[in-house]
Parts: sequence; C-alpha cells; structure tokens
Amino acid sequence: MTIIVSAIGQGLLWGVLGLGLFLSFRILDFPDMTVEGTFPMGASVTVICLVHGINPLLATLFAFLAGTLAGLATGLLYTKGKIPILLAGILVMTSLYSINLRILTKANVSLIGKDTIFSSHFLASLPASFDSVVLGVILVVVSICLLAFFLNTELGQAFIATGDNEKMARSLGIQTDRMKILGLMVSNGFIGLAGGLIAQNNGYADISMGIGTIVIGLAAIIIGEVVFGNLSLTARLIAVVIGSIFYRFVILIVLSLGFNANDLKLISAIILAFCLMLPTLRKSLRLNTLFEGGRTK
Amino acid sequence: MTEPVFTLSDIVTTVNTGTSEEQQILKNLNLTINKGDFITVIGTNGAGKSTLFNTIAGNIKPASGQILLGTKNITSENDIKRTNYISRVFQDPKMGTAPRMTVAENLLLALNRGRRRKFKPRHLKQQIAKFQELTKQIPNGLSEHLNTPAGNLSGGQRQTLSFLMATLVQPDLLLLDEHTAALDPKTSQELLKLTAKIVEQEQLSCLMITHHLEDALSYGNRTIVLNDGQIQSDLSGEARANLSTTDLLTYFNDLE
Repeated sequence: MTIIVSAIGQGLLWGVLGLGLFLSFRILDFPDMTVEGTFPMGASVTVICLVHGINPLLATLFAFLAGTLAGLATGLLYTKGKIPILLAGILVMTSLYSINLRILTKANVSLIGKDTIFSSHFLASLPASFDSVVLGVILVVVSICLLAFFLNTELGQAFIATGDNEKMARSLGIQTDRMKILGLMVSNGFIGLAGGLIAQNNGYADISMGIGTIVIGLAAIIIGEVVFGNLSLTARLIAVVIGSIFYRFVILIVLSLGFNANDLKLISAIILAFCLMLPTLRKSLRLNTLFEGGRTK
Repeated sequence: MTEPVFTLSDIVTTVNTGTSEEQQILKNLNLTINKGDFITVIGTNGAGKSTLFNTIAGNIKPASGQILLGTKNITSENDIKRTNYISRVFQDPKMGTAPRMTVAENLLLALNRGRRRKFKPRHLKQQIAKFQELTKQIPNGLSEHLNTPAGNLSGGQRQTLSFLMATLVQPDLLLLDEHTAALDPKTSQELLKLTAKIVEQEQLSCLMITHHLEDALSYGNRTIVLNDGQIQSDLSGEARANLSTTDLLTYFNDLE
C-alpha cells in the first residue's frame, strides 16, 4: 500500500516535469535537451537555498526562476544565434553541469536536518508518503490551471500557433522568435521547479540527477497520449500527469519482477521506446479492438 | 486620379550576394498600385513573381530601391511589422492555417493580425457568432466546422479559411500567391469567385499571381506581365478588355 501511495506521489511530482516538457516537446515541437541540465539546476538551487536557511517556498520558487534562465539561454542561442535547437539544448545542458557544480560546491548535498517544503506541520502530520501526494496534487492543480489560463490568452494562442505553423504565425504578425523564447523559458521553469521538488522529496541534490530526465518526462507525455488518445488541450495536460503516475506504476511492476534497480535507465528507455512504437505496432498487429475495448469506428 | 496605396520604385534584389554567383532577380522594377486595384500577375517560371511578393511582404530585403505605403517609406520594415497592412494567401493550403488549432481559433488569430498579443483571455466565445456569419456566406460547410482542427479540413475548405483569415481584418494590400493552384477546377473557381466578391465588397487593393491566362484576364482590372525581373507590360482599361488569351500567349512566346 505504502509503495503504491509513494508511486502516486512520485508520479505527481514528476508530473510537473512532464507539464514543462509538454510545452517544448508537443506545442513547440522542439527536442529540448536543456531539460537534463535544468532539472539538477532546480534541485541545486533549492538545496543550497535551504542549506542557507531560506524559506522553503521561496527556495522552490528560485528553482523555477533558475529554470527560466536556462530556457532563456537555449532560446537565445536558437533564435538569435541560429544554432539548431537540439545543439543549443545540448550546449546549455553541458554548461549547466559546471554551473550546477558551482552552485552545489560538491557533487552531492544532503538536506538532513533542514526545513523543506515537506516539513510544514500539516504535511508532516500525514502518514508516510501521503505528504508528496497532497503537495503533488496541490502543485499539479495549480500548475495545470496556470498553464491552461496562459494557453487560452492571446499570447498563449500566438505561442501555440508558432509551434503549429511558424510561417503562418509570422504572416499574421506574431513575433515567433519571442514566442519560442517564452515557451522555452516557461517550459524550463517548470522543469527547474520539478527538480527543486524532487530534491526536497529525496532529501538531497546530486550533480548527476539530471541523467535520463528527458526520457521520464517524455514517457509521461507519451503514456498519457497512448492511454487517453485525442483530447482537448487542457485535458492533455491532465493526461500528462496521469501518464506520469502510470509510468511510476510500470517502474514499480518492473522492479517487483526482480529487475535490478541499476538497470532502471535502460528499462525507462525501453518503456519509452515501446510506447513510441505503439501506434505503429497497433496498426501492424491490428490491436485496435483490443485497446479500444472493441469500439467500432 | 486615385492615390497610390503601394509603390515600388527601382527595386533591385540579388541572390548569393557577395559571391561569384551573384545574380539579380528583380531588375529596377517599378510598380504603382492604386487604391482598389485588383492586379493579376503572370510570368514564366523564374520571372521573379515570388521574389516580387516576398519583397513586398518584407521576406526579402531589396539591395536597392524604395518601397512606399501611401507616402510612408517602409523599405526597412521587416515582414512581421508589415503584417499590419499586408496580408497574404499562399499557394499551399497547409501554409496558411494552423493544423492543430480549430477553425475558430485560426480566425481569432487572424482577427489580431499585426497586433501585439497580450497576456489576457482570448475571448473566443464572443466572436463565434461573427465567425458563424462570416463562414456561412460560403457554401462549403466551413460554418459547421468551427470547432474542427484546421488539419482535418479538405484542401478547398482550408484554402477558403486561409483567404477569409487574410481578409478578416482589411489589409491595405492583399497578396494572393497562386492561391487556387492546388485545388481542383471546381473548387478553384468557387474560391476565385469568392475572392472577386470580397475584393470588390471590401474595395481591397490586391495582387494575384496566376498561371491561368483566362483567369488573369477575367478577374481584376489590371494585368501585369513579369519577365526577367521587370514588368514587361502593364495592361488595363480598353487595351486589356480587347485582349484574348491567345494574344496574351503571344506575349509569352515573344519573350522566348
């Protein structure tokens, strides 16, 4: 039971990362590698703030702001420097490794004995693992509401249009470069926030905790899409979070089957690859009826 | 005498500038577009039709020459800035609409053409009635698909939508870049008729590239023949009315 609750809590907190990645990966259609540097950056900033006794809420907010700066760097390299987006992300990701080491001062910093966002009286009074579920639900609901509001503003619509058809967006007078930068900043802001949350949940920040985060975020998005199919934009955001929880369950099942935890990254990649291939597999194996409960078209 | 809305004077554009491959596309091109002009543009491949449009829209900066909107010099304004007063329909129906956004959302984007997009609610619902009315005047079913993603529309519906988007906010100059070329003959004629109707109704100034000599003569009030980066002939009034497609074809043959 505790394991399941813990998986849901983890899924919710990692869901924030999925939401951030959704903006770049699905709306802008960018393979943004910055993520792998932004996530530990958020974690490092939060942990160092907490070690220095800064208010946990403020420390978490700083993780978001740090993320937006990383997104800004990638966005400027891409739009003004005309560096391909994949390479721009890799450049920022690589440089963030050094920057994160500067922030953390060593490879691993523990939060033992420090106040975190989970130390509030209310959260601490909950049974084990329920704290991350409660906090996760609050954060995910707030994040989805904010994102849904943003996407339904004039600015948000211009942002979506930029990702959907850049040439058209320009021909309607939308400042497409600004939209891309904005999207990357908000996206990486949420990813930094996720890093700050996971670090507090784990009780430490580690320089290498970014490895494989893009796979986890993409898995949340893809699982959400595979399970729920076509949805409205706001519903897709919710699907990402549910996909993130499902991903945790899949990992849980895999581990309970006796696989070694050291193989987790390999397993994550295989799960994602499988989910990405599923639409093709469905077609070739005619699994439609199986997956859609026999609904006829 | 009507006032010019748009003037190109001595426009020169080059490609591969600064290399041994440097080549002029538009060669001291002059064109004055008067208010209400509906000009059809014909010319062989490579004559510079697309370059002319890209120069007007601001996608290409001329190497020399001047572009005036009314009396205002806009030569140095970029394409995004120029969307304030110029709108454009591309040949490819996929180019003019956002496929994952609904018809209504696409129209709403066009309603803000050239304006700064603000961080405030988009107010789509308030516009639905207006969009309903707008799309109803065309009998191709677009009005029943306001909530359909544009990517699910037929090519004809999609191009009609592109055209409506370009004229939703009245532009000072409308550029139609072979906008019916990708459609079947029937749909193509329907869209051309709609084009003529709206251009007249809204008294738009418009340039339309076409490869159909018949359409070039039957639509609009002026026809220009583009050849080798210059305007070979500029036909209007009686001279144009007396012209047949075979006459026009000889223009082309003379060019060879």
